Amino acid sequence: MSLRRQLSTKPWLAQRGVVTDAGGFVGSTPKVTLGAFLCVASMVFALFIAAYFIRMTYADWRPIPVPALLWLNTVVLIGSSMALQWAAVSSRREHSDGMRLGLTLGGGCALVFLVGQWLAWRQLSGLGYFIDSNPSNAFFYTLTAVHGLHLLGGLGAWVRALVRVRQGVEIARLRMTLELCAIYWHFLLLVWLVLFGLLLVT
Amino acid sequence: MAMTDVAHDAVDYVRPAEVAEEALYHPKTWLGKYVFSQDAKIIALQYSMTAMAVGLIALLLSVLMRLQLGFPGVFSFITPDAYIQFVTMHGMIMVIYLLTALFLGGFGNYLIPLMVGARDMVFPYVNMVSYWVYLFAVLLLLASFFVPGGPTGSGWTLYPPQTILPGTPGADWGILLMLISLAFFVIGFTMGGLNYVVTVLQARTRGMSLMRLPLTVWGIFMATILALLAFPALLVSAVMMTLDSVLGTSFFMPAIVSMGQTLDYSGGSPVLFQHLFWFFGHPEVYIVALPAFGIVSELISVHARKNIFGYRLMVWAIVVIGGLSFVVWAHHMYVSGMNPYFGFFFATTTLIIAVPTAIKVYNWVLTLWRGNIRLTVPMLFAIAFVFTFINGGLTGIFLGNVIVDIPLSDTYFVVAHFHMVMAVSPVLAVFGAVYHWYPKITGRMLNETLGKFHFWVTFVGLYCIYYPMHYLGILGVPRRYYATGVTDFIPESAQVMNAGISIAAIIVASTQLVFLYNLAVSTTRGKPAGDNPWGATTLEWQTATTPPSHGNFGKELPLVYRWAYDYSVPGAKEDFIPQNVPASGDTGDAR
Repeated sequence: MSLRRQLSTKPWLAQRGVVTDAGGFVGSTPKVTLGAFLCVASMVFALFIAAYFIRMTYADWRPIPVPALLWLNTVVLIGSSMALQWAAVSSRREHSDGMRLGLTLGGGCALVFLVGQWLAWRQLSGLGYFIDSNPSNAFFYTLTAVHGLHLLGGLGAWVRALVRVRQGVEIARLRMTLELCAIYWHFLLLVWLVLFGLLLVT
Repeated sequence: MAMTDVAHDAVDYVRPAEVAEEALYHPKTWLGKYVFSQDAKIIALQYSMTAMAVGLIALLLSVLMRLQLGFPGVFSFITPDAYIQFVTMHGMIMVIYLLTALFLGGFGNYLIPLMVGARDMVFPYVNMVSYWVYLFAVLLLLASFFVPGGPTGSGWTLYPPQTILPGTPGADWGILLMLISLAFFVIGFTMGGLNYVVTVLQARTRGMSLMRLPLTVWGIFMATILALLAFPALLVSAVMMTLDSVLGTSFFMPAIVSMGQTLDYSGGSPVLFQHLFWFFGHPEVYIVALPAFGIVSELISVHARKNIFGYRLMVWAIVVIGGLSFVVWAHHMYVSGMNPYFGFFFATTTLIIAVPTAIKVYNWVLTLWRGNIRLTVPMLFAIAFVFTFINGGLTGIFLGNVIVDIPLSDTYFVVAHFHMVMAVSPVLAVFGAVYHWYPKITGRMLNETLGKFHFWVTFVGLYCIYYPMHYLGILGVPRRYYATGVTDFIPESAQVMNAGISIAAIIVASTQLVFLYNLAVSTTRGKPAGDNPWGATTLEWQTATTPPSHGNFGKELPLVYRWAYDYSVPGAKEDFIPQNVPASGDTGDAR
């Protein structure tokens, strides 16, 4: 079809009477929803990061030292993400043991990560790096807090999934929940890697 | 036509509708049905009533402001502090808690499921929570009238540093309540917004392709996407401002001496706040404009009995306007001292956005052209919208240019411009929409005589209010001032004009009571409307009962066979063919 003809066809007229299957996107509704939510969350982090870059060019900026503990936390969060992926894959393969273990381990690691972040806060404030002493400190505390809050929200979903597993809900009905958890965890891991990289580089 | 036959056969193979009736949540108690309801239609009414109630407060505040401006010194209870608090609360309530909530929470909830042919939103529970979080945000905001120091008086843009410095009204409690309320609003909206977007994407009935969606749904859909992506900027700036205020961080607060005391803040950037705020603030203009565009397209097409001109272009214009609205924000900041090259860039993008907007205006006019125009109340409001939007849009082209904006920026010209384009125009669309859909919501018509009275006083009155403001602006009368007193460059006649504006404002504001009376009385005394009083094609008018019952569409979801604008089709028996009518000889479709 020539471009001219293509531009001038009116699909709504040409297809009058045809019931096309609208169907929505190829993805399932929960995944599309999570995707949309992740766009919103990405926007929050992107704007914080943009503000970070703008603010760091001002004269009073003194970079905050990155506690070594954060490396350990990063490893724990990677482990958390991998464990949930394992749980999701196991549920697809109907391996209930792997699913239980992955789920428990994933959430457990996330909890350890949060405790680790809190310890890092303690270390920094012990050294005199308070939130109001420098803008880079303020960004460090704010960004880690916002990231931690997102993870806490995820843990809410995790607790619900765990309860359902304990109640013996059949695997097929848990598959979507686990997949969503895994996707959300990967997203938060990615955000954390970006934030951590930002702290290391600047 | 062979294609039609294929379609009839194809119906059997199409997958069943996603939300079957038994999957719907059925409330058992009165509380569950009308208060903690998960039905989008009830939630829509809750959103609308809350928004209108808080909007009335904002309207009252504007009357108080006009009393001061028209008759300075007469009303002793309006102190300078109170005046600036009224300005702030009026702006914030109108833009966010009224217009955004009404268009997306109100019309979005009511119309999206009905118009796309769904039984409800995809996540009814989250939808319900969204309303209650919104209500909580409204109550927090209103609470600021009752705390020590009163509400914040920093202007609706909340610019630091003055927002949280002593001396600004509400610098202690008012601003905190405002920021926390905004954060809750954003959270509540995100819950609702995800619902609206996913419902449009996933829950359309069979046959309802994206290019068959009514433009109302397109407008609300795109506005919701904008809101989902822009409100995070408000959230981020509110969080950072709260930390500056409570914990003494210096995100935005520069090193500053306040009332002879050096404060603990170190070189933060107030301009950073402005960037974040307007990154939200400009898309916000389109968050209230796009639903209005969609609604007006609908009203014009229905009441002119003519298919919308250039449907595809209308859809793409909505999408392009939405995209462009994210790269024009700094035209609000020409006087902030930012890099002049920025100004050049943002002036260019601002002028480009006039192109898709103008396309929409031309298409509305061309839809009216030789249409069978019925001057019903909704149509009057729709036409008034087009007029007013053109007026406000033209002054926008003035202000989009840096060199014109700089002298006009802090004057009444800007007040006139943005009220015309994003306050009055969307409100006219809201009125038109209420008169149009009220029969579906209640089953009764609004009183037409009262409606016409409401329309003419409002429409003419609005021009009496905002037209003169352009002149005041060009004279250089500064905005936000409590009183100008005797000023060399402001002639005495400006005060006469201000008094006139105030009288017009009071008349227009009181006329809204007639509208409210009409709304209230017509629920019981209005003329019964029937299912489809306007002869409209879209699915909400094809429901089995009016008002639509829980689940919207009786036992089976409608199938969609055509676009939303089959009006006055040549050869058809009637001058409209609903979207769910299959092709046949009666509908003028060739077979």
